[in-house]
Amino acid sequence: MSNLYSNIGKRVPKLDAPDKATGRARYPQDLTLPGMLHGKILWSRYPHAKIVNIDTSEALKIPGVMSVITAKDLPYRNSGFMKDNPPLKRDKVRSLRDEVAAVAAVTEEIAEAALEHIKVEYMELPGIFDPEEALRESAPLIHEENKNNLVKMKYKFEHGDVEEGRKHSAHVVKGRFKLHFVTHTCLGTCCCIADFDSKGKLIMYSPSQVPFLHQKDMADVLGMSGSDIRIIQPTIGGAFGSKLDLYPYEIICAHLARIAGRPVRISFTRMEEFCCTPTRQPAIIESEAGVDADGKLTFREAHIILDAGAYVSWGPTIPYVMMNSFSSLYRVPNVSFDTTIAYTNNIYAGAFRGYGNPQGTFVVETQMDELAELVNMDPLVFRILNSNRPGETTPQGMKVTTCGLEECLKRAAKGINWHEDRRGVTGKIRRGVGLASFFHVGGGARVYRSDGCGAIVKIDDFGQVTLITGSSEIGQGSETVLAQITAEELGVRVEDVKVINSDTDIKPWDVGVHASRTTFIAGNAARIAAAKAKRKILEMAAPEMGLQCDELDINNRFIYYKANPEKRVRFDKILRKKHFDYNGNIIVTEHFYDPPTQRQDRNFKGNVSATYAFGTQAAEVEVDTETGIVRVLKMVVADDVGKALNPMLLEGQLEGGIAQGIGYGIYENLILDKGRVMNPTFLDYKIPTVNDMPEIKVEMVETHDEEGPFGAKGIAESGSIPTAAAIANAVYDAIGVRIKGLPISPEKVLKALSKK
Amino acid sequence: MNKISLDLTVNGQVYEISVSPTLTLLDILRYEIGLTGTKKGCGTGDCGACTVLVNGRAANACLILAPDAKGADITTIEGLAVEGELHPIQQAFVDHGAIQCGFCSPGMIMSAADLLNRNPNPTAEEAKNAISGNLCRCTGYIKIIEAITAVNKHE
Ligand code: FES
Ligand code: FES
Repeated sequence: MSNLYSNIGKRVPKLDAPDKATGRARYPQDLTLPGMLHGKILWSRYPHAKIVNIDTSEALKIPGVMSVITAKDLPYRNSGFMKDNPPLKRDKVRSLRDEVAAVAAVTEEIAEAALEHIKVEYMELPGIFDPEEALRESAPLIHEENKNNLVKMKYKFEHGDVEEGRKHSAHVVKGRFKLHFVTHTCLGTCCCIADFDSKGKLIMYSPSQVPFLHQKDMADVLGMSGSDIRIIQPTIGGAFGSKLDLYPYEIICAHLARIAGRPVRISFTRMEEFCCTPTRQPAIIESEAGVDADGKLTFREAHIILDAGAYVSWGPTIPYVMMNSFSSLYRVPNVSFDTTIAYTNNIYAGAFRGYGNPQGTFVVETQMDELAELVNMDPLVFRILNSNRPGETTPQGMKVTTCGLEECLKRAAKGINWHEDRRGVTGKIRRGVGLASFFHVGGGARVYRSDGCGAIVKIDDFGQVTLITGSSEIGQGSETVLAQITAEELGVRVEDVKVINSDTDIKPWDVGVHASRTTFIAGNAARIAAAKAKRKILEMAAPEMGLQCDELDINNRFIYYKANPEKRVRFDKILRKKHFDYNGNIIVTEHFYDPPTQRQDRNFKGNVSATYAFGTQAAEVEVDTETGIVRVLKMVVADDVGKALNPMLLEGQLEGGIAQGIGYGIYENLILDKGRVMNPTFLDYKIPTVNDMPEIKVEMVETHDEEGPFGAKGIAESGSIPTAAAIANAVYDAIGVRIKGLPISPEKVLKALSKK
Repeated sequence: MNKISLDLTVNGQVYEISVSPTLTLLDILRYEIGLTGTKKGCGTGDCGACTVLVNGRAANACLILAPDAKGADITTIEGLAVEGELHPIQQAFVDHGAIQCGFCSPGMIMSAADLLNRNPNPTAEEAKNAISGNLCRCTGYIKIIEAITAVNKHE
């Protein structure tokens, strides 16, 4: 099938790679505007305190300091999902990453020095750092306008009858799982530049992954019209969900620029990146699941306790996705899921690749293994028995169209030599294998009223095609895949397509980079806009060639007669002729693609995605029973990708996702002590290095999804989702102990072994 | 603050500059000379994003203070391509999909260039050693190793 295509299915290098390989790519940190000042933020000294007084007079006297601002200089407008987060804190601070004041100065050093001259008088308050303790009646109140520390958000889902399910269970497992804090550690730290033009319009150079949402959020918080805000996205040094929310530093940057009357850049140090950006949402998950005597799942019941931190960013909304792991990863007739979300004085949690799914999948897949053992089935067979199939509608009303999960399970198992007997290995080093699968949206996710993306295709006199897409490139390779799609549809080469995707004044609207949606949604938009352009070209060419439109096609930039391909003309020749003819015309077409999906109702039911992605990872690990050290030897990933549009970039997404999954599973742990990040350096917060990476084998299962562009599904988050779970199951296989908290650190392994 | 003057050669060009002695080579390159290809991922020697060649060997520019850069011969990522043609290691990174967000890439490529200068046909193990101080959050390193070991294979 793949040789049908000239651009699809090819290992096309990323279009932006040459610029990135030569140092030419410009990240926000690399940009300097004329007259640009440097902004710095004064962070809170306490995790919880009243602000009694702020004196900025000394700081203002320092030569080179252009402005110093506090909450007093700002309108009363909060940001954040619950509008509970003032860009600069007014009366109190609620975490150590709270913004208290900000300086703009001619150099970063001067701005930094000025911070030390801002005198803040605090009255320290008792803090609370545990979500369960935060809900006790005696707990100090974090947001005084509320009655208690409960975040007023609830994700409650019921399907079938859990009690009935329990009654019909031959075996039930129950556990309390603890998922920890981890952080994105994008190699490029947070950085933006704010600049006002002479008409008072704001230009933000921002690494946002959702520029149109931020345009709106920024407008709301600044009290401006969205049309007065232009977001330009320079090259982005990693995002992974971290650039999904508008953060106070960006709002502060705009205020500084407005007050100073000059452009201002704020660039985080690595220390700030660790301490003052959102984490992945930590969670306590109490979960119960049952199985009947035949090995069929009977019910799942989960209660989730989330620590929002001091403010609500995207973190507390992750149950929306986590719920899917419980309701829809495997077929289960009865489900109950609910949440309790609390404010604490910890730094707040945000979105991170997988969006609650890595946490949920860790629990579900651990319990799948436990149940398989109780019912005496091979975990592989047990999973296949309970897996989704095409035509299924999950308890949440998600319609499974294409589904390659069974094949993914089999291929992952085969790749890891599932049936090899590793028990013969004795001594201190033990080996084991583990499986875990995932279920995730693969065709967008209608969480907003629109899940659309616009595309414009324009072709110039020389046959150069420009795709102007609403979507954003954050390193994942979207612009390359979109160029391939456009080229394929039009019958040109990838190198004939230029992609414009970084300016909200130019590009048409798009929700943004989240929910693994770009290839699917922006891909369909580009494909249809290109198809319209092609139609227009053929209509122009038909009379010139003395043929009917339907008798023509385009290949490799030639318009040819299908019945006799020898009869052809270069398409740019036709375009030029038609452009300069009397009553000339040019090719510009557009399409706004919004997938045929529904928003979920209040009971969290609805078909939110046009298709769903599935996949399995198999891990082989080695555990040193003396030191407790776990090493991942090999990972096999088999994903139902619909269709691999660019296998090289796809492998890159999966390999990179797995690296983050390995970090989550065994290495990374952002340690918070009374709200303070204790390990804010790469030396103490260990992300995988090249030496920690196992061999990775990528298997692509192609189910050719009908709704996807050339059959593709979205997969960008999937690499990270089941990795930790697969490793945990492999650790159990190796040493016979279940670790129910991440990371699976040597201490945890040794402790579990000693209890065995 | 007292400034010191120093001269150094960057990508074959001699620069005479006068800077604060606490300025790092990384900041000199990025802000004094205006070569922003070299990245700052941490500023504390932990990530490798700032790797450049100093007198032919890979080093973290963020750990070198101005006085120690005196007279040094520096090659940065901007100095690898010759007359617009990518250096083979740059081309290999492009062709093998070793670049995603690209923030680690200049440092990675300079570490790899140092290795390839000394050892044109490294094994995967040798390639891993060469970039063990370079962090990448995007790629999982697999394609980076592929790229480094492939550079001189297809001649
Ligand atoms: S910036 Fe020099 S090692 Fe990170
Ligand atoms: S490509 Fe993003 S950090 Fe390496």
